[in-house]
Amino acid sequence: MEHIVIIGNGISGVTLARHIRKLSDKKITIVSGETDYFFSRTALMYIYMGHMKFEHTQPYEDWFWKKNRIDLRKAFVQHIDTDKKTLALDDGDLLTYDKLVIATGSKPNKFGWPGQDLDGVMGMYHKQDLENLEAYAPNNKVCKRAVIVGGGLIGIELAEMLNSRNIPVTFLVRESSFWNGVLPEGESVMINRHIKNHHIDLRLSTNLKEIKSDSNGKVKSVIIEETGEEIACDVVGLTAGVSPNIDFIKSSNIETGRGVKVNRYLETNVPDVYAIGDCAEQHEAIGNRRPIEAVWYTGRMMGETLAQTICGNRIQYKPGHWFNSAKFLDIEYQTYGWVFSKPKEGHAHFHWRHADDTKCITIEYDISTNQFVGINTFGIRMRHETFDTWLTENRDVDYVINHLSEANFDPEFYSHYETEVLSAYNNQLQTA
Amino acid sequence: MSLAKPDAINISTKQKVALAIGIIGLFILALALFNTNFPNKGVFLTLALGLITIGIVVYSRDAYLTKLEGIKNDGVWFKSISSRGVWGWIVGVILTTFYIVLYFYPQYLGLDTATKDHANNTGLVSLFDPLSQLLSGRNASQWFVYGALYTVAILAFGYKFILKYRHNRYQQIRTVSVMFFQLGFAFLIPEFMYVMNNDLPYYDLKSVWPLNYYIFDEWSVNGFLSNGSIGLALILFGIISIFVITPILTYKFGKRWYCSWVCGCGGLAETAGDSFRQLSSKKMSAWKLERWLIHLVLVFSVVMTTAMVYTYLGYDSNDFWLTRGVFIALVIGFLTVVFAGVMLFKRQELGKDAKYGAIGLFAVIAILITMHLTGTNENVFYVKAGNLRSAYGIYIGSIFSGVIGTGFYPILGSRSWCRFGCPMAAILGFQQRLFSKFRITTNGGQCISCGNCSNSCEMGIDVRHYAQKGENIVRSSCVGCGICSAVCPRGVLKLENDSMKGRINPTEVLLGNDVDLMDLVNQK
Ligand SMILES: Cc1cc2nc3c(=O)[nH]c(=O)nc-3n(C[C@H](O)[C@H](O)[C@H](O)COP(=O)(O)OP(=O)(O)OC[C@H]3O[C@@H](n4cnc5c(N)ncnc54)[C@H](O)[C@@H]3O)c2cc1C
Ligand code: SF4
Ligand code: SF4
Repeated sequence: MEHIVIIGNGISGVTLARHIRKLSDKKITIVSGETDYFFSRTALMYIYMGHMKFEHTQPYEDWFWKKNRIDLRKAFVQHIDTDKKTLALDDGDLLTYDKLVIATGSKPNKFGWPGQDLDGVMGMYHKQDLENLEAYAPNNKVCKRAVIVGGGLIGIELAEMLNSRNIPVTFLVRESSFWNGVLPEGESVMINRHIKNHHIDLRLSTNLKEIKSDSNGKVKSVIIEETGEEIACDVVGLTAGVSPNIDFIKSSNIETGRGVKVNRYLETNVPDVYAIGDCAEQHEAIGNRRPIEAVWYTGRMMGETLAQTICGNRIQYKPGHWFNSAKFLDIEYQTYGWVFSKPKEGHAHFHWRHADDTKCITIEYDISTNQFVGINTFGIRMRHETFDTWLTENRDVDYVINHLSEANFDPEFYSHYETEVLSAYNNQLQTA
Repeated sequence: MSLAKPDAINISTKQKVALAIGIIGLFILALALFNTNFPNKGVFLTLALGLITIGIVVYSRDAYLTKLEGIKNDGVWFKSISSRGVWGWIVGVILTTFYIVLYFYPQYLGLDTATKDHANNTGLVSLFDPLSQLLSGRNASQWFVYGALYTVAILAFGYKFILKYRHNRYQQIRTVSVMFFQLGFAFLIPEFMYVMNNDLPYYDLKSVWPLNYYIFDEWSVNGFLSNGSIGLALILFGIISIFVITPILTYKFGKRWYCSWVCGCGGLAETAGDSFRQLSSKKMSAWKLERWLIHLVLVFSVVMTTAMVYTYLGYDSNDFWLTRGVFIALVIGFLTVVFAGVMLFKRQELGKDAKYGAIGLFAVIAILITMHLTGTNENVFYVKAGNLRSAYGIYIGSIFSGVIGTGFYPILGSRSWCRFGCPMAAILGFQQRLFSKFRITTNGGQCISCGNCSNSCEMGIDVRHYAQKGENIVRSSCVGCGICSAVCPRGVLKLENDSMKGRINPTEVLLGNDVDLMDLVNQK
């Protein structure tokens, strides 16, 4: 029986294993070093906030794996020998495979800041990071202030986490406005205000210079690059993005760039070796997507796709329309299609914001054809299926604005804003 | 509460004061319970209930209004009371004891059991005499005390819940609804009905058979029938409720119209029980147990009710057209028609359960026929029908729904009765699964499997199991509380009533991936 070995029990590796099991009887082993069982990384924050316990973040009960004949092996892979088709594990064992899938995810970026390895300095990616945070920031007596470096999705989650335990947070963001490399101006500044309303000390256009140690090798303070200001703190969270977790692969024949290089079939340069999820890097970006797509959904889609290939139906990774979502403290965010922080060449933005400053939408469209390109929505839930259909049907922006109520996905009895959006749209057209 | 794990979750000074106020109110009730004879009972009762309410109101305002609108679940699994910690167990034991005393030893609450009109109540019950006198001109019974406390709990904690979800209008309107039905239908109207006509049996109009398992008892039916057209109207309303109103509303809105908008058991679970919703087990094994238990209770209640009615019907059609034989035939006929209808239209949805349904039906029919063959004026199955009825009353009506259902809130979660025991929920759920427009729609591929939805489902439904597959949630046990949708951080879940077509949509590959792959895999 063919033996499929998957390194990494995250969403991509586990989705792959589940689908291979549905399609075949192959022997499947998942090797992973972080946890015994698959858990939802996206839910790490809720454990610290006390909404859930760790076990609640595990989407499958423990019996699931045995029942589906998916063998789990808790170990870190240290070296891959593609000639002998063996893996060297950190507990000294060797494991042979017929086909190998690398799904090792990401690790937090560290940009060589002085003091970045001190005690009390941590990323927020693995379960161990969470345990670390629990140790250094159990409450606001042990941790009198925390500094977060890097204003992305994980940074704001970390800020929300610490806030839930009333730990004062200083949030250092390199950009002039929160996440404005991705979000258009109107949205980004709305989130700035929302962050401040939560009493988080948001510092825009601010870089970290160094992290200072006390006499025990624990963080004592940080120094700001621009002003030289010293901020006393007990915890520093490094959340300036992630990069593929592939150091152990460098000693093998598998080609790597920033991530493991794969073609559209998710195959590496070595036969029978594949890579999916956060750690895979496409030779060429697909459409507007990035070569490395470090999001939950794409990991899942790659898993769904590669299962076909491994089970004999070789198909390309061909994702549909882009979508994503996040939550900024109390404000939910969803996106369908493409909205860029500045409209692309030949595109324009329509932006509407509600007076209460917690809801807004931005629509990107093509100026010459009026074609709808994408939507960002804050504080209003939208129906994925509806936008997916409209994108496929190449609807124009007028159609989308006039039919917005069909896409509304808010709970029953919520106020609707479609008429307000429509009149804002009409006004904008007249003044434009 | 120093037993909370991370100290930072500690409550504010204002909240401590509020707790103290509430505890003083409870303390007055406790003093009464231990037979302190308060001089001016009306004043002390007002004081006690007032202080409890003020405590809860002040606490909630400080807990929720001092923060921005949003999900307020911080520290739920750290707080001792809401995570089966020491406080959880203490409260559980107190509640359970209270229920045991209430159901089986009401004299310890001070109920005067010697006289029929409780002329010489003492202790806690006597504290409530003034209120009962005010409403219906009679002394309080233990049930009046219970009803009053129950109503205060739903109103005060309902207020708390409304503040907690002040960004969510579905939650607010739903909560106002349960508060209204509890105060009006369960508490005040029956008292007023008594004032108008004191021969009528207590009737909470919103309590439908089989939840209201005594409505077809002989004393109850006689009570209604001996009261002319109003009594007749009431009992007809009871029959219409279960056979007409319930099916129509459940078809249009799902069982939520009852379970989380109207029902008193649901009302308490949604308000006072809200802090415990996350404790319900999401395990597959709990689901299996649920399906066995709840349907056994349903069978028990159908057989018990049939047996009760059976014993007071006559043999001779000259007295009344509805004789025992006709009645049994009607019941068997009705069950068979329902089953045949389901098999005809919904064979697919039922899947493997069809077999269990058939076995269940034949078992019930066999029981009923045996009953008919062995039945005498008093006995069915060689035991007194009355015994069957009191067994049901004790084990299901009191122990299951009260002692376990509510007493175990801090241990089993807020809806263990609704989930494992309630025969009404079983009927509504059966219809919800097969003949209803209601479902929880999953938003394409947006789920991140975080588990917030499953965690806060009081019915123990593993919502994530469906959401992460992009599949709608169509489950008989879902009471439509909408909390899963509220807490989802990615806007994945929406409760809606839509067409029956495509309501159940099993998927393998989620929206957002290659359309050809979705076609290939999902068409199979
Ligand atoms: C706090 C946080 C919040 C997030 N929120 C969102 C969100 O809301 N939406 C979204 O789309 N994305 C989100 N993401 C990103 C998303 O979680 C990732 O894209 C996704 O988990 C990647 O899945 P994966 O299967 O590729 O890898 P991973 O989940 O990283 O799994 C890889 C596993 O492999 C193990 N491993 C690595 N190297 C080895 C080795 N040598 N031997 C054995 N095992 C190894 C790792 O320890 C890890 O357990 C979030 C990420 C974080 C950290
Ligand atoms: S449906 Fe929402 S709450 Fe439930 S697991 Fe998915 S993202 Fe989380
Ligand atoms: S599935 Fe959702 S709506 Fe239904 S009972 Fe559970 S939490 Fe409530």
